[in-house]
Amino acid sequence: MSQARYSKDHEYVAVEGDVGIVGISDHAQAQLGDVVFVELPAIGDKLAAGAQAAVVESVKAASEVFSPVSGEVVARNSALESEPSLINEDAAGKGWIFKIKLSNPAEIDALMDEAAYQDFLKSIA
Amino acid sequence: MTSSDPSTALDLLQTPLHALHVELGARMVPFAGYEMPVQYPAGILAEHLQTRAAAGLFDVSHMGQALIEGPNHAASAQALERLCPADIVNLAPGRQRYTQFLNEDGGIIDDLMVTRPVGEDGRLSLVVNASRKAVDFDLLRAKLPADVRLTVLDAQALIALQGPKAASVLARLAPRENIEAMPFMSARAMQFSGVEAHVSRSGYTGEDGFEISLAAVSADAFARRLLAEAEVKPIGLGARDSLRLEAGLCLYGHELDEAIDPIEAGLNWSIQKRRRIEGGFSGAARIQAALATGPKRKRVGIRLAGRAPARDGAEIVDQAGAIIGIVTSGGFGPSVAAPIAMGYVGAEFATSGTPIGLVVRGKTLAADVAALPFHPHAYYRGQ
Repeated sequence: MSQARYSKDHEYVAVEGDVGIVGISDHAQAQLGDVVFVELPAIGDKLAAGAQAAVVESVKAASEVFSPVSGEVVARNSALESEPSLINEDAAGKGWIFKIKLSNPAEIDALMDEAAYQDFLKSIA
Repeated sequence: MTSSDPSTALDLLQTPLHALHVELGARMVPFAGYEMPVQYPAGILAEHLQTRAAAGLFDVSHMGQALIEGPNHAASAQALERLCPADIVNLAPGRQRYTQFLNEDGGIIDDLMVTRPVGEDGRLSLVVNASRKAVDFDLLRAKLPADVRLTVLDAQALIALQGPKAASVLARLAPRENIEAMPFMSARAMQFSGVEAHVSRSGYTGEDGFEISLAAVSADAFARRLLAEAEVKPIGLGARDSLRLEAGLCLYGHELDEAIDPIEAGLNWSIQKRRRIEGGFSGAARIQAALATGPKRKRVGIRLAGRAPARDGAEIVDQAGAIIGIVTSGGFGPSVAAPIAMGYVGAEFATSGTPIGLVVRGKTLAADVAALPFHPHAYYRGQ
C-alpha cells in the first residue's frame, strides 16, 4: 500500500490525491477472526476524525471502525456485502471499506507511518 | 502493557490441557475463572464446520464434575429429586438425563447432566456448568440429607469429542469396547490403553459425540492421542458457542437464569410425566401452573432477514415498534450461513413465522420467529 498511515485503533488510510482509502489493518483482522458482516457508511456521510464510520462483525462480536481522518465518504466497498471475508483475506487491498475525500489533509501527519505502526504493534504485544 | 502471564495476573485457573492449548497456538481468554481456548489458528468458522463434517475435540475440564453417593439408588435419587424436576428414581443404570436445579420460585439455578453409573448402587454423577459449580455444590451441601454425600471430582478432566466421525475415532482407540453401538444418552466406564474413563454418548453441539471423564493426569496424553487421528481437530469455546446456538441449546446466563423457569425455556421435555404430576421439587407449583395454563413468555429461535447479526441484549419489537422481548444469544451460524439468535418473547408472539424486529445500533432489523434447531440434530439413533 502506498503511503499508508495508521491510527491507534488499527485503521489505515492510504492517500491518493485528496482521497483516502480506509480499512482495518492486517493485525486488526487477525484479532477479529472471521468477518461475517460489514455495515458500510453511506456515500455523502460527513465524518470527523475519530467518528464511527463502519461496523465489522465477526462470528462472536461487533467491532467499530473509526475514520482516521475528517471528510466526506465518496465510495463504499459494496463487495464486502456479499464477501465480508475479503477483510480477512486482503485487509490492505480488496478488503478496503470506504473512500473519503479529505477535508483536512494535515490530519495525515498525526497518524503513524508503516514503521511507527509496526513499532506500536510490538509495544502492545 | 506488560507481557506477564495472564493466568497469574488475573488469578485464573488452568485445565489439565492448558499446555497443549498453548502449544497448539490457541488464543486463550478468561472464562468462568479459567484460562480457556476461544479459538485455535484455524479460527471459529473453520472449527465449527470441522465439527459438523468430521470430529472436534473440546476441553471442557472447567466444568464441575461431582458424585453424590447414598446407601442405595432410591436414597440418592430421591435426594436429587428434591432439587430437580427430572425423574431420577427411574433412571436406569448406564443412562444419563438432562435436568435443572431449581430454586424455591421455580427459577433455574443451573442446568446439568445426571448419570446413573452401572453397578455402583447409590451413586449418581453430575456435570454442571463451570460458571455455576460453586453455587451448585453449596446447594447440594446445604440440601442433601445426612446419608447422601457429595464428592467434588476436582482431579478429573472432561473432554468432548463431537461430530459424525467421533464414534469411529473413539472405537479405533478401544476396539473391544463396542463404542459405536452405545445408545445416545447412555454411559459406561471403559479403558483406553489401560486408562480408565467414564464415557457418555452426549454433547452440546447437536452432532453425535461423546463426553469423556478421566483422571487429570491422563488427560494430556489422551487428548494428544485423539488429535493424532486425521479426522480430529481441536475446537475452542467460540465454535462451541456457535455450534450449540445452531443446535438450539440453552446456555446458562443467557437462556437460563434464576428468574426463568424450565417451561418458559421450552424444557418441558426434560420433566418426565411422573414428576409433572407428583411435583415434590423446589418451585414445583410454578412449573405445574405453567404446564397447566401455558407460560407468559417463551424461548424462541430467531432468523434475521438480512446479513447483520443481532447480539445478546438486543430488544425485540413487534410490527408497531413496541418491545415484546429480548435476545439472549445471537451470532452467525456457519452451517446455516446466516445470522441467528435465540431470545424470549411474550407467548402470543412465539409461533414460527411471526414477524418481529430486532433493535441493533438504533435500527430495527427485520426478523422472524423460527423453529429450533437451526441446524438439524444428528444424534445417534441406532438401537
